[in-house]
Amino acid sequence: MMNILLKGGRVVDPSQNIDEEIDLLIKEGKIAQIGKDIDKNTIADSAPQTLNLEGKIVVPGLIDMHTHLREPGFEYKETIQTGCQAAVAGGFTSIACMPNTNPINDNRSVTELIHRQAKRYNLANVYPIAAISRGSEGITLTEFGDLKDAGAVAFSDDGKPVMNSALMRRALEYAFSLDIPIISHCEDTTLSAGGLMNEGFVSTELGLQGIPNIAEDIMVARDIAIADYTNTPVHIAHVSTAGSVRLIRAAKERGIKVTAETAPHYFSLTDETLNKYDTCAKVYPPLRSADDVTAIKEGLSDGTIDAIASDHAPHSSIEKEVEFEYASSGMIGLETSLSLSLKLVAEGILTLNQLILKMSTNPAGILRIPKGTLKIGSDADITVIDTEREWTVDINTFRSKSKNSPFNGWKLKGMAVLTIMGGEIKYSV
Amino acid sequence: MKLASKDVLGIKELSVDEINLILDTAESFIEVSTREIKKVPTLRGKTLVTLFYEPSTRTRTSFEIAAKRLSADTVSISATTSSVIKGETLIDTARNLEAMNPDIIAIRHSAAGAPHMLSKLIKQSIINAGDGAHEHPTQALLDMMTIKEKKGGIAGLKVAIIGDIAHSRVARSNIYGLTKMGADVTVAGPVTMIPRDIDKMGVTVHYRLEEAIKNADIIMMLRIQLERQGDSIFPSLREYSNYYCLNAQNIKLAKDDVLVMHPGPINRGVEIAPDIADGPYSVILEQVTNGVAVRMALLYLLAGGK
Ligand SMILES: [Zn+2]
Ligand SMILES: [Zn+2]
Repeated sequence: MMNILLKGGRVVDPSQNIDEEIDLLIKEGKIAQIGKDIDKNTIADSAPQTLNLEGKIVVPGLIDMHTHLREPGFEYKETIQTGCQAAVAGGFTSIACMPNTNPINDNRSVTELIHRQAKRYNLANVYPIAAISRGSEGITLTEFGDLKDAGAVAFSDDGKPVMNSALMRRALEYAFSLDIPIISHCEDTTLSAGGLMNEGFVSTELGLQGIPNIAEDIMVARDIAIADYTNTPVHIAHVSTAGSVRLIRAAKERGIKVTAETAPHYFSLTDETLNKYDTCAKVYPPLRSADDVTAIKEGLSDGTIDAIASDHAPHSSIEKEVEFEYASSGMIGLETSLSLSLKLVAEGILTLNQLILKMSTNPAGILRIPKGTLKIGSDADITVIDTEREWTVDINTFRSKSKNSPFNGWKLKGMAVLTIMGGEIKYSV
Repeated sequence: MKLASKDVLGIKELSVDEINLILDTAESFIEVSTREIKKVPTLRGKTLVTLFYEPSTRTRTSFEIAAKRLSADTVSISATTSSVIKGETLIDTARNLEAMNPDIIAIRHSAAGAPHMLSKLIKQSIINAGDGAHEHPTQALLDMMTIKEKKGGIAGLKVAIIGDIAHSRVARSNIYGLTKMGADVTVAGPVTMIPRDIDKMGVTVHYRLEEAIKNADIIMMLRIQLERQGDSIFPSLREYSNYYCLNAQNIKLAKDDVLVMHPGPINRGVEIAPDIADGPYSVILEQVTNGVAVRMALLYLLAGGK
């Protein structure tokens, strides 16, 4: 294994409060040394490959805690291999994948298959999230202990809410005893049923049935209430509404163990994006109003929202080039997530340190995985970012198998230029 | 003057000048329909395809008669929505249609935005003959033509649109058209039938029929979709008609020369009392007649000028 010396970059590591131009030495896949002017000649054994990173940002490998890989079952949309290729191209060294495959990841054999495939391609760390309930049907809990032993890092019925409040309570309690997080997809399906987009002026004009904000808010309120009552933690996935932000903020102030994530599309786009029936912008939860976007940004800024996750949801043209009503929901995000999030830094909403906290250190903490840090001795998972580099989103150059991105053609500034996982270069431009 | 776009997807996209052009052209075609030989050679050699994913005998027939009076050929294609849940069908159909090279396609579809998708896929002119709860531009045009004919103009008139605004493409197209033409538009229905932020479309909202039709020049009643009862947007037909049926009593609140319109087909006794539907205020049959003229005008403007 090649040793690598990263020289002259600005190292930003929130886990150690580091933000300065220093060098970093990778040895045998681990972070071996970090400090000013590391001289490669002073390193005893084999001379390391030296990379001059002046003007670049060196951060702990980014973690996407909410990705949909479509293997097993929907390999025509994405495979673990293509998903990992997209991940490292987007600067992610670790991704956590949701269980809504076919079969659903509700048993050890699927969890193990995901691990096996990820190891085989060895591009990014893949952390399976297993289903809360068998078949994600919301009726019976899966075997949490066995799934955890098999390598699942969290439980979620993502794609569907756990509508049964008693089951959600049991899930939170049981997961707590195993110290493994529950990730909640908050949607009251009695309010969202039949809905195709955010309910508001745009849905009124387009004649599309709306999904009201309260479909999300009510479930966020419920989950917070259960977490409070049972004194167990809950993680809220893809926060999209101002109401959710308010509820989570108030809950945190009261000391309730709630964490939350949002996705770049919820702070980059509004429901106006749908005014030409663009099926690529059809997502669950739906793109919301400008007021909600403002609230999401405030929530990110004041720490109410802990993490930014892509909710990368690949769909092929078969699912997307159809009438809006029949189109599947979801957009890809692994390859645009970092650049869209860097806009928050450019706009002064987040500092670079806060951004890395939300895209690496916090997701690692929520998932309890030993990542998100550049501490000596930890795995050398590193992302190098060029914040000045401008590029135009072109779906045809994406590694992801699916092309469902509404950001195609957008001019963005800042991108990952080097992705190192376990001390090996997995992607560079 | 010509239409700016190759398609007529909605009234939202039309300018006031374009609406006037269509209405004036339609007026000039009224005469054709009164001749003994109701045919002019204007569109000889042109082909109209009516592509209906939702049955509507009256709209389809109106398009076909319009085409035939202009000597165009018509082909009708029907598909049931149940057969297109896999949407590839619309793309496949579009590609096949394009290969057959018609001049205009009039599409009716239960999914909002389907005509917009079709218009991006193929080069032929698309006329939206009704898409989901979105728009029904030819209906709004024939309504505006009828109003103009009876009232001499549209600007300044007080128009009340009553019923299930949330699910009505007729309401949306008329709101766009009538507000553009300077009318003062009010909508009314139970709150469950009034979509969010509709006031931002430039209309006044009332929840009682009586308030909405007070001093109205035009009352436009919408068809209640009986199958929506299960969705709890209204408790029962009896309850609905008690509060929202236009009848001989409440119509007195409107102007003496009020016009009563309805896009049809009517649920007699639910949204309009029979004596009102067939009475002196009703212009429902004129609307049907004007429907042919408006569609002739659109076919002419989209295919004739070339
Ligand atoms: Zn979800
Ligand atoms: Zn998801």
